Amino acid sequence: MRKIYLHVLFMYFGILSTYAQTRPEPVKADSSKYQSRKLKVDEINLVSAYYHQNGNNSAVTGGIGTEKLSDFANTIDLQMSKFNKRGKKNTFLFELGVDHYTSASSDKIDPSTISSASSADTRIYPSLNWTHSNEETGNSFGFTGSYSTEFDYQSMGAAFNLTRLSKDKNTQFDFKLQAFLDQWTVILPIELRTANTGRGGEQYDTAPRNSFSASFSLSQVINKEFQASLILEPSYQKGLLATKYQRDYFTDGSMRAETLPDKRYKLPIGLRMNYFLDDRFVIRTFYRYYMDNWGIRAHTAELEIPVKINSFFSISPFYRYNNQVGTKYFAPYSQHSPSDQYFTSDYDLSTLTSDFYGAGIRFAPPKGVFGWQRLNMLELRYGHYSRSTSLVSNIVSLNLKFK
Amino acid sequence: MVTAVSLGSLLSACSSVKPYQKSKLNDADMILSARKAQKFEQSFQLYREGASGANGGKSGGGCGCN
Repeated sequence: MRKIYLHVLFMYFGILSTYAQTRPEPVKADSSKYQSRKLKVDEINLVSAYYHQNGNNSAVTGGIGTEKLSDFANTIDLQMSKFNKRGKKNTFLFELGVDHYTSASSDKIDPSTISSASSADTRIYPSLNWTHSNEETGNSFGFTGSYSTEFDYQSMGAAFNLTRLSKDKNTQFDFKLQAFLDQWTVILPIELRTANTGRGGEQYDTAPRNSFSASFSLSQVINKEFQASLILEPSYQKGLLATKYQRDYFTDGSMRAETLPDKRYKLPIGLRMNYFLDDRFVIRTFYRYYMDNWGIRAHTAELEIPVKINSFFSISPFYRYNNQVGTKYFAPYSQHSPSDQYFTSDYDLSTLTSDFYGAGIRFAPPKGVFGWQRLNMLELRYGHYSRSTSLVSNIVSLNLKFK
Repeated sequence: MVTAVSLGSLLSACSSVKPYQKSKLNDADMILSARKAQKFEQSFQLYREGASGANGGKSGGGCGCN
């Protein structure tokens, strides 16, 4: 764990040091339409977050037991661009993410060990996007490739994105197609393992989980202070959708590994509306309705009100409410019927309400944060989450933007 | 239904806004997507709740099994 923190720290300082010996040149006014064809760095973003949760409904132990979990997540993205001979812009966005988590419940997959392999893990996920755009019309298209790896899970992703802008640039249509082809190592609870699937043998089977989604987004400028966007994002998942090391206990006292259908259709629709109330207040709102073929229905509403203390400093209190009708396959500990075909005691899929509130600060002075010209923006957020199932969590996030 | 009605009434209220009139719309707090700093908030909400998608966050890939 300490190594991970140190690596992230070195990664931060490595990037910062690339700027340390260079003095930013003053921006020269240029009225010509000349665009440099050299590849240049547009911006670098570092996002880090520390998340900690606690609860008492772990799915690994059938809906009872500790849900204590900590996650330290980091991403760095580097955006570079270059104009071609015909004046079209090519943008490259490279992102690298590293998460490290410790989970008390995962340690119960095999409680006979001092600490199982899944009690702590690191996920690494690079991605690269190329977008080709016409600066005059605002139209663009691009492709993304991504990869993610952790102890028991590998994911490969590909995406296509398209943007079309109206002539007056007040209406924007975005379309995105995404596919993730995943392989999951099937790890069973220790009680259900046969001789060759135990930790000694390490002969785990793997199973595929593939996800496909399409995203349609329409953004519209309503007036000089008001804009909105509507997003529809149907998706389809196929393969092993159950988490096989999660236990389910039945009314007859028996225990089995979680079993869920191998297909899932999801249909979320979201509406985002932002309004600049006066010179000091912005009202940011988001609403989403979600439904899927497992019986989950959810309403999610978010409100954030950035208050501009001055032209480069704002404080943003926020609140998010979620109300969810759970899947028909859910039942608490020892309440599944032995005749059930599909069953889960994962409270993430149960009927619940949740509240998430907190605040963020955004600091973007014209001469750079702390007088450092390259550090264009600093944003720090804290949020507290509580769920009606008694799970509580806290998260602190930091975004540093370099230009 | 509510969303469709809201959007219909919003679209009917649209006025043409020139590029030089977009100083407020181009403000960083007015961006029509989640903030970058919300990335990991959206991740944990995706795992702790059954709903996902249509918010600019992840909608597939990865197990989210912890």
